Amino acid sequence: MDIPYTSTPRPDTGLFNAKVGIWLFLASEVMLFGALFPSYILLRVGAAPGDWPHGLLNVWLGMTNTIVLIVSSITVVMAWASLKMKDFGKFRKYQSVTLLCALCFLGIKSYEYHDKFTHYEVQLNDGTTVQVKDDKGTSDVQLKSNGVLDGHILERDADKLVIHGEIVDKAAQAKVTHAWQASEIPEVEITVKKADIKYMENYGPWHNTYTAIYFTLTGLHALHVIGGSIVIFFIWGPLAGMWKTDPERYTNRVEVSGLFWHFVDLVWIFLFPVLYLL
Amino acid sequence: MSDHDNAHDIQKSVKRYLFVFYALIAGTILTVMASRLPIESVALTVAIALLIACVKGFLVAGYFMHLISEKKMIYGILIATVFFFAGLMFLTVWSMDHNSLIHMAPNVP
Repeated sequence: MDIPYTSTPRPDTGLFNAKVGIWLFLASEVMLFGALFPSYILLRVGAAPGDWPHGLLNVWLGMTNTIVLIVSSITVVMAWASLKMKDFGKFRKYQSVTLLCALCFLGIKSYEYHDKFTHYEVQLNDGTTVQVKDDKGTSDVQLKSNGVLDGHILERDADKLVIHGEIVDKAAQAKVTHAWQASEIPEVEITVKKADIKYMENYGPWHNTYTAIYFTLTGLHALHVIGGSIVIFFIWGPLAGMWKTDPERYTNRVEVSGLFWHFVDLVWIFLFPVLYLL
Repeated sequence: MSDHDNAHDIQKSVKRYLFVFYALIAGTILTVMASRLPIESVALTVAIALLIACVKGFLVAGYFMHLISEKKMIYGILIATVFFFAGLMFLTVWSMDHNSLIHMAPNVP
């Protein structure tokens, strides 16, 4: 016996099975991300002034990724519309663009992750002297107690480290409340002896509460992008034969995968300002 | 998407999708521009960013996901979701107030 309402809607609800299923699944997804957003709020509100980093992420990369996901959303809905208008060729073209956008999004996200794994906070011994090279030339700067450098490693050899970044001024950092203020702090080239380094750590998920929630939220989102891409690819490629045998059911599958993809876009629409801009 | 079954309706919808697409792109650029405004108040900056995000979210959910013309059962599922999500947010805000009250309490020897 066939399972009823796989392609035709139930008379009482007006919905086919998969549509009810995907909306129930999306409801559970709202609760999953819905638990993480308040976690972010609690961590952020609970952070002492100056402890919550601003301007740590590249806004232009985040904006590009937002636009990439919006483009993929329109191509998903246009692909579904093409099937409704019986144009399978257009459907495949639109979904190819969707898959390219997914790859592009993941590529940019990987680059951003790599950037954080190569970004270091370096704590120095008291009274350390570092060599600072900027537009005006090279000078020696002696740091008092608790000196901290922040930036990317340019050179690393047996006895010294060259960092492109800044000497952290905690008093000035406590006054930064917006991402754009942090982006105005000039970056210089700093050379420090390895013997003067007390402790150094990159900006991985273990570094502070911000990076922990950043990697959790964006990592979970990236897993959704990967999962959605696999489903869209499967329907686009290996399952394409169903268009000839059961076009109604095939279109329904495209619709259901599209609903999931739009949800992924929707989550990013909120993640972008929260993590990159505020 | 079930209310958009004939080709004529779909063609009309395609124009709407494109309009929503342009609005989403404009909204993204506007969010970045607004975040660079020298607004002193952090609360106002957060409010502006979240307001634009909510409008963009409404456009995606309403038009791309067709929630604007969905069946009653879907609305039922979503109302239940909104109820529990609101509860979760309420608990968050409540716990923040609760903590601040504890912190403000005078030290008892």
